[in-house]
Amino acid sequence: MNLGKWLALAAAGAVALLAAAAVRRRAAASAAGRRFLAHPTATPGVFILAFFVTIALAAPFVALDPNSMPGIVDLRDRPPSVLHPLGTDVYSRDVWSRIVYGARISLGIGALATLVAVTVGAGVGAVAGYFRRWVDAALMRLVDVGLSMPRIFLLLMAVALWERVPLAPLVLLIGLTGWFGTSRLVRAEVLSLREREFVAAAQALGAGPARVIFRHVLPNAAAPIIVSAALGIGNVMLLEAGLSFLGIGVPSPAPSWGSLIYDGWQHMAAAPWTSTFPGLAIALVVMALNAVGDALRDALDPRQEGP
Amino acid sequence: MTAWLVRRLAAAMAIVFAVVTITFCVIHLAHGTPFLPGPDQDVDPQVVARLRQQFGLDRPLPAQYVKYLWALLHGELGESFYLRRPVADALADAIPPTVTLAGAALLIDFLLGLACGVYQAVRARRFADIALGNLALFLNAMPTFWLGLVLLLVFGQWLRWFPVAGMRDPVLCPTIAGARCTVDVLWHLALPALTLGLVGAAGTARYQRAAMLEVIDQDFVRTARAKGLGEGRVVLVHTLRNALLPLITLFGLAFPFLLTGAVLVETVFAWPGMGRLSVAAILQRDYPVVVAAALVASAMVTLGNLLADVLYAVADPRIRARSERA
Amino acid sequence: MTEPLLRVRDLKTYFVTEHGRGTARAVDGVSFDLYPGETLGLVGESGCGKTVTSLSILRLIPEPPGHIRPGSFIEFEGRNLLTLASRELRAIRGNQIAMIFQEPMTSLNPVFTVGDQIAEAAIVHQGLSRREARARAIEMLQLVGIPDPAEGVDRYPHQLSGGMCQRVMIAMALVCHPKLLIADEPTTALDVTIQAQILELLARLQAELGMAVMLITHDLGIVAGTADRVVVMYAGEVVEQAPTTDLFARPLHPYTEGLLASVPRIDAPAAGGSGGSGGPRGRLHSISGQVPAATAWPAGCRFHPRCPYAWGRCATEPPPLLDAGGGAPGTHTVRCWLVTEPGRRTARP
Repeated sequence: MNLGKWLALAAAGAVALLAAAAVRRRAAASAAGRRFLAHPTATPGVFILAFFVTIALAAPFVALDPNSMPGIVDLRDRPPSVLHPLGTDVYSRDVWSRIVYGARISLGIGALATLVAVTVGAGVGAVAGYFRRWVDAALMRLVDVGLSMPRIFLLLMAVALWERVPLAPLVLLIGLTGWFGTSRLVRAEVLSLREREFVAAAQALGAGPARVIFRHVLPNAAAPIIVSAALGIGNVMLLEAGLSFLGIGVPSPAPSWGSLIYDGWQHMAAAPWTSTFPGLAIALVVMALNAVGDALRDALDPRQEGP
Repeated sequence: MTAWLVRRLAAAMAIVFAVVTITFCVIHLAHGTPFLPGPDQDVDPQVVARLRQQFGLDRPLPAQYVKYLWALLHGELGESFYLRRPVADALADAIPPTVTLAGAALLIDFLLGLACGVYQAVRARRFADIALGNLALFLNAMPTFWLGLVLLLVFGQWLRWFPVAGMRDPVLCPTIAGARCTVDVLWHLALPALTLGLVGAAGTARYQRAAMLEVIDQDFVRTARAKGLGEGRVVLVHTLRNALLPLITLFGLAFPFLLTGAVLVETVFAWPGMGRLSVAAILQRDYPVVVAAALVASAMVTLGNLLADVLYAVADPRIRARSERA
Repeated sequence: MTEPLLRVRDLKTYFVTEHGRGTARAVDGVSFDLYPGETLGLVGESGCGKTVTSLSILRLIPEPPGHIRPGSFIEFEGRNLLTLASRELRAIRGNQIAMIFQEPMTSLNPVFTVGDQIAEAAIVHQGLSRREARARAIEMLQLVGIPDPAEGVDRYPHQLSGGMCQRVMIAMALVCHPKLLIADEPTTALDVTIQAQILELLARLQAELGMAVMLITHDLGIVAGTADRVVVMYAGEVVEQAPTTDLFARPLHPYTEGLLASVPRIDAPAAGGSGGSGGPRGRLHSISGQVPAATAWPAGCRFHPRCPYAWGRCATEPPPLLDAGGGAPGTHTVRCWLVTEPGRRTARP
């Protein structure tokens, strides 16, 4: 880390602060936004998320290229210093840089897998809630079965089928194992929405079920979908970390945060910082996501009272 | 009540049956894999064909399904390729340690979470509540296995208060015998159970706090105070008794959490349970073990939900009345 | 003249409102006496502070938003309730002073049987064993008129009707034979026919047990039938206080006048007639305006914005409680300047 990188880091921090301030300004203008801001952890959460996204996007500016390590033996397992703010690992790689580049992978997987999960979940939930009767019953039985198996076992089974799961199918699989909860929430919302008059009006105009569902009902069911997404990203990140830690997730040397923890595992005694900081990063981001998700839940649906 | 119970049981069995079917499909999809020769191997195709016939992999699909169900009912879960022993045996050895770990973790989870949640509710919005609340958020957000690593580092390596791996001392207690070895197991159990228990307690405390706060505003709590009951009795008997119902839901939800956590935590602490068995099997592509473990996990989760429903009916007389009428 | 059982002097209970909308002065200097064996009616509209007054007596006000101001004084049988230690206060609650509430269905704990809840008071205050307490509970259920008490004692609140629940609440309150029963709108949530039954029950029990009752209500009809004396509250203050017959025959405060006039009377002339309380066209009388918010009581006399007689002095000088004759001093008191200037009592059209 040289002076330029430190400056770039400071700039990233400033960008995140500006983003958080902008969100605050926009939110204060509406009643829902003010409910969001009433949570003391909401704004710090937005800041943390903005910060990590910024440094992930600006990785070349704030961190050293993890693939061009000098490999100098002397730099092995160095504790945190000004040159290496989070220390180095056993292969002389700068931990901070690996975390920054790893943010791209972990955050990216989190976002994409959650996108898949929320899309499928909203779709299934909307169809079940709209058509009811046997469609609803069949789909909800499927959801029951899906919920009865712990997600990690589903993924373990899936991984057992392939020699090595490439990244794209892995993300898809993670998404496809996580839509069950969202579908229930969306279904409940759709069940109540479908009695409203705007649905009857759309149907009277001759709109087919697909149009009614996607153009009229779902936009009004946005609240549980958005909250599911925010909280879901955190779950996916924890899951991906676990899989990478077991060696069956993102393949090493790609620096996903879970892989980083795995890499540092064997050297915990000599260099605890190699495993500790990636874990802290995960905790920070997931905490921020949970805080923002909780605040969103209150903001978008004040009837609900969650813990 | 009995009719409702029977219906619930039937639903649970239906779920397990569906999972069994899914696992069969999974096995069938993978049936070629273990016998496909690797790039460096030169296996005689006739040997492969013979092996497939031996394992019954060349029969028509429905016949295989029936054979599978029949085998399951007899407790046969196939043969592990890697371990070269029946899967059922391997699982039978691995399930008790996992159940022990999960049980201990659940105990820590509920005791700690309950106490914490009640305390936070009584001191709502004051410093203790805010501090504990943020600690719980932090615990909930961290990867469970990472917490395990940190605890291992601090208490196992630096302070040397607890052992760093395994379930028992390999030299002194090769098989469980006597009180001395029970203590040894408990000593080994402490850190992994604490890891799972702490993270679980964080979630439990949040729910318990919310449940208590909802109840504490209700009219009947005011009536209890007006009757001259001490604050301790008001909180612990009148309020808590009404705030226990979410805890039963959490009990049902705890099973998937504990089983998931077991996979990772057992790996960190080298605890010889179902989780570690599954992970080792995965790395060897030993899918009979993995599929069987998934099946067992699913059965446990379903059982947990069923238990939770029954407990609900027992705890809340209003639900009992509803189920009696239904 | 006997000593009062309960003396309330200058009770002030304030609430802090959220978002800094100021302090709500729900009870702002209330004083009255209550004598052994009598029924005192505490009357007023919603928001006048009568419920807060009753909760303050037993110190059941939730402390973070509310607090009883220092300078308030509540004496029960010679002891100041506001300075009692917790243990001693608990010995009085449910034992010497009991309270029943407005919503009987939600005021009972849903997961315990009614028998258990009644017995609990006996166990805690009188040290009865569980068997003895259960027997007492059955006795009490019999006393309050629950049919088949031996079976009813094991029922849960959700299995009972509203009227039954209120009877259970009364049983629970009376199990220790308290000297004072505070009844906060005990019949408001019940059907009219059940109302009459509950009031009858209360009157009978009061006569049998010789206890005093503080009956809080907004319904003048109930007060007319059951109370010995009436205290009328408005905007956190006592505005009139008199024996019941006196109050109904000679209401002195314009608010009391308005309340009485608002009650539709069967013997009023039909539409088109004049006189009586039917008004010139037979329309129902109502008091103009609305109850002000407790965070901003009007200056001067708090009723003056709605008073048909108000003049300049009323807007600037808050009147104290003035004696209005009718017997021994303090029998009939009114918080109104009309006592000093009765000539101004001319009805405006």
